[in-house]
Amino acid sequence: MSAAATTAEVTSVAPPPERAKVLLPAILFLLLALAPLAVTLGMPAGWLALLTRAMIFAIAALSLDLILGVGGLVSFGHAAFIGIGAYVTGIMITEGRSEALVILPAILAACAVFGAITGAVCLRTRGVAFIMITLAFGQMVYFLAQALSAYGGDDGLTLYETSRFLGFDPFANRIAFFYTVLAALAGAYLLIRGLVASRFGRVLRAARENPTRVSVTGFDVTRVRLVAYVISGMLAGLSGFFLANHTEFVSPAFMSWQRSGELIFMAVLGGVGSLHGAIIGAIAYLIAEDALSHLTEHWRAIFGPLIVLFVLFTRGGIVGLLRKLGSRHG
Amino acid sequence: MTLKFSLSLGAGVLALGLSAAQAQEPLKIGVVSVLTGPAAALGQQVRDGFQLAVDQNGGKLGGVPVQITVIDDELKPDVAVGKVRGFVEGGKVDFVVGPVFSNILGAIAKPVLDSGAFLISPNAGPSTMAGKACHQNFFVTSYQNDQVHEVLGKYAQDQNYKKAYIIAPNYQAGKDSLAGFKRYFKGEVIDEVYVPLNALDFSAELAKIASAKPDVVFAFLPGGLGVNFVKQWSQAGLTGKVPFLSAFTVDESTLPAQQDAAVGMFGGMTWAPNMDNPQTKKFVAAYEAAYKIVPGSYAQQAYDAAQLIDSAVKAAGGTADKDKLRAAIKKADFTSLRGKFKFNTNGYPIQDFYLVKVAKRPDGKFQTEIAQKVFADYADPHAKDCALK
Amino acid sequence: MTASLLIVQILNGLQLGILLFLVAAGLTLVFGVMDFINLAHGVQYMLGAYLAVTFVALTGSFVLGLVLALAAALAIGLALEFLVFRHLYERDHLDQVLATFGLILLLNQSVKMIWGAAPLSVPVPDFLSGNVALMDGILYPVYRFALIGAGLGVGALLWFIVEKTRTGMLLRAGASNAPMVSALGVDIRKLFMIVFAFGTMLAGFAGAMAAPILSVEPGMGDTVLILAFVVIVIGGIGSIRGAFVAALIVGLVDTLGRSFMNDLLRLFMSAPSARATGAALSSMLIYLLMAVVLFLRPEGLLPARGRT
Repeated sequence: MSAAATTAEVTSVAPPPERAKVLLPAILFLLLALAPLAVTLGMPAGWLALLTRAMIFAIAALSLDLILGVGGLVSFGHAAFIGIGAYVTGIMITEGRSEALVILPAILAACAVFGAITGAVCLRTRGVAFIMITLAFGQMVYFLAQALSAYGGDDGLTLYETSRFLGFDPFANRIAFFYTVLAALAGAYLLIRGLVASRFGRVLRAARENPTRVSVTGFDVTRVRLVAYVISGMLAGLSGFFLANHTEFVSPAFMSWQRSGELIFMAVLGGVGSLHGAIIGAIAYLIAEDALSHLTEHWRAIFGPLIVLFVLFTRGGIVGLLRKLGSRHG
Repeated sequence: MTLKFSLSLGAGVLALGLSAAQAQEPLKIGVVSVLTGPAAALGQQVRDGFQLAVDQNGGKLGGVPVQITVIDDELKPDVAVGKVRGFVEGGKVDFVVGPVFSNILGAIAKPVLDSGAFLISPNAGPSTMAGKACHQNFFVTSYQNDQVHEVLGKYAQDQNYKKAYIIAPNYQAGKDSLAGFKRYFKGEVIDEVYVPLNALDFSAELAKIASAKPDVVFAFLPGGLGVNFVKQWSQAGLTGKVPFLSAFTVDESTLPAQQDAAVGMFGGMTWAPNMDNPQTKKFVAAYEAAYKIVPGSYAQQAYDAAQLIDSAVKAAGGTADKDKLRAAIKKADFTSLRGKFKFNTNGYPIQDFYLVKVAKRPDGKFQTEIAQKVFADYADPHAKDCALK
Repeated sequence: MTASLLIVQILNGLQLGILLFLVAAGLTLVFGVMDFINLAHGVQYMLGAYLAVTFVALTGSFVLGLVLALAAALAIGLALEFLVFRHLYERDHLDQVLATFGLILLLNQSVKMIWGAAPLSVPVPDFLSGNVALMDGILYPVYRFALIGAGLGVGALLWFIVEKTRTGMLLRAGASNAPMVSALGVDIRKLFMIVFAFGTMLAGFAGAMAAPILSVEPGMGDTVLILAFVVIVIGGIGSIRGAFVAALIVGLVDTLGRSFMNDLLRLFMSAPSARATGAALSSMLIYLLMAVVLFLRPEGLLPARGRT
């Protein structure tokens, strides 16, 4: 049993039948699009903010699923990209540049450069070594942000205004904010789905099962993985942009290792490798956390055992569970 | 629920007339505090100190029944914002009391103040919100953070110490702390050390202190850091050899773990459990009876925050008129556990600061005790940057 | 900065390293033999410390309290093995991570509900209190020497068990090929149970030994967990020797970095910027070290035999 086995061992959900592959994500996005109605029908107003936050994390969990679920690369430093996105947003707004069309390219460029450099180093390793080396880079960015005295250091940075799009201000309105994030989530989902279905995606998936065979066929496995890693990082940076605007605050805590761990849990909870599973996982995680924390101060004593039971009695996360239920009826 | 409420409201109108019915509408207060992780020891004091004042008032403040929602900020700014925003947007909120830490305050201040609620900080007092970012609905019942560190700097200077070794965690509050100390200490700083926030073992620093032989050590090592440092300090045989001045390093939240190792060490504060006034005696006895631990400044400041709200709501006759309520808050017309207490123009207190010393009580418990007054009627210097009058 | 101070700091670094080794030993054993990622190792360390607080206070004796705490830690470990862990051996790493994360949440919260959130402590036992004067003005606590002794003792015991006994042989065989050992008629589940229980006890022992010098508080295991992972990855997963060497290196790098980074940087830059950079750099140092080691030797410094 070798350490290198870790990557290959990631059980991703088996390719589902065509119908379910379209049906479940379609239902998911339809439900999300209708969610603001629930507020008009009497759900508390805070609910919309919670869902928006959940979708922001869903973008990050989705981007992680590209490398974790599809590529078999368990990154334990993914929150660093969220942090970079959030800090670029925070710093540029503080410096008087709130136009999103200026901020977003800056974020994507910063994440691409960081992803390319660290990815080139990390991808020389496999398995647990990869997990830990991504953690190392995540921690370095975390400590760097802590040292940024000019932008609040550990205390973080309050944003006194939010980003604008060509003069429009979608973040001032809760519902507009919600749909902006939903659109970004849908866009990210379609992009990654397209990637996975393409030849690039097939190579990435095949490289998880058997890297040697793929490289024999003439593909540069490391390069394919690096491209996936960079794209994944850029999308996580995008979620950082939304997180900064939603919280109106950025802090090194956004990229602590615990946060990277939570992203992995979200993806695993939903069911790795299916993409929409990561979205479901993120939303379920945040809603469960919020609902339980309203119940009792000791909600972790309930949440913890629930997670354990969930792992023990289900396989393939929530998506696996849904599919099992679906096949029983179908 | 709604039906029942309107029924009782109706009954109230019938029985007592309109004004009394208005008084039945509960005061909606959110207490934002950290209840997760090691810092929960401080957060619980804030929550319990506030609750104690409300309980002693028969569940009312200013004669109005109180509906308290406790929110755990988990010491994660984005989590705090999510929960607090949900709370203030969920319906008319009168007051938000909290949090413990400045980085959480920076995150929640905007959503709370934007909602029109009053924000009363029972502990965090960052310089930004004392100066440029001050707000008419933001008040602090503790102090401006720098002031506590300045107490020790002033004391070290008064004692004519020549060489100081100063140490703090490597984050913003740590840097502010050492800057605050140096503002008044004019001697030589032989070493200025920043340790990681999760440092466990201080042997390296203690060895340096032992070999450098400074006249005084100043430490800002809150929570578990302080427990580790103080225990290892005494184990390294430094007790009694070098005077130990500190801020937030030896207080009622850490003393149960530091115990004898901390006895004789100094801190700076605006209050101590042995403060000689009747209200403090009553408060400490009640708190110990209810929660089985000696209350520290965190509990005391939260208790004062509740008394502040009580006095203001009473004077303004409810919370309907915000301007009247704000004027009443500014007056700070309540009997503070500290004795003297008044607000500056920026919503931060003007008050006395003391050097406090750790002592073992006859019953075997540990507490800080007032050693001497260092500053009288001390206002923070940032108020001049605040546009409020 | 003098030569004598350097020597003391090296000693301090080694001593921190030994403490890290105590925590990492159980983790690398479980990880190496069973290929099991146990994130709950950190909370088991915390439990050891809390149990020591209770039993030392109850019995009034450090040694007796330590023994009882170890027994209790072992019992809790066995219960967890029976209820949770044994159902996860066959599952993939991500399932193990998720489930043991759930245990972290549960145990951190339970500890807070039972013992309260305020930090607690264990007094240093009388026979180990006091100091030894190492050199002019620098006293070294006797308890620190006891800690170093305990670490070396655990290291020697583990080395002896793994390299010289029949159980150790089975462990090594099980690590490289579990199905084969099982086919030879060895009850591999029982073997795993023993290894796991032993790993839990080591974690508890580390926590109990650290309790007199560290603050005992909820969440104290989380920081240590990451450090322990850094150590076992640098050393080579499953390798006791590797964990020992890596723990010493990490301890040394961390301590020396914190002590001398500022002085070093002051040669190149002004004092304030040296302080700012030094503090940031010394926090990053062990992660930098880990990244470099993994980059050059992804299997770690001293990989266990039979695992590549």
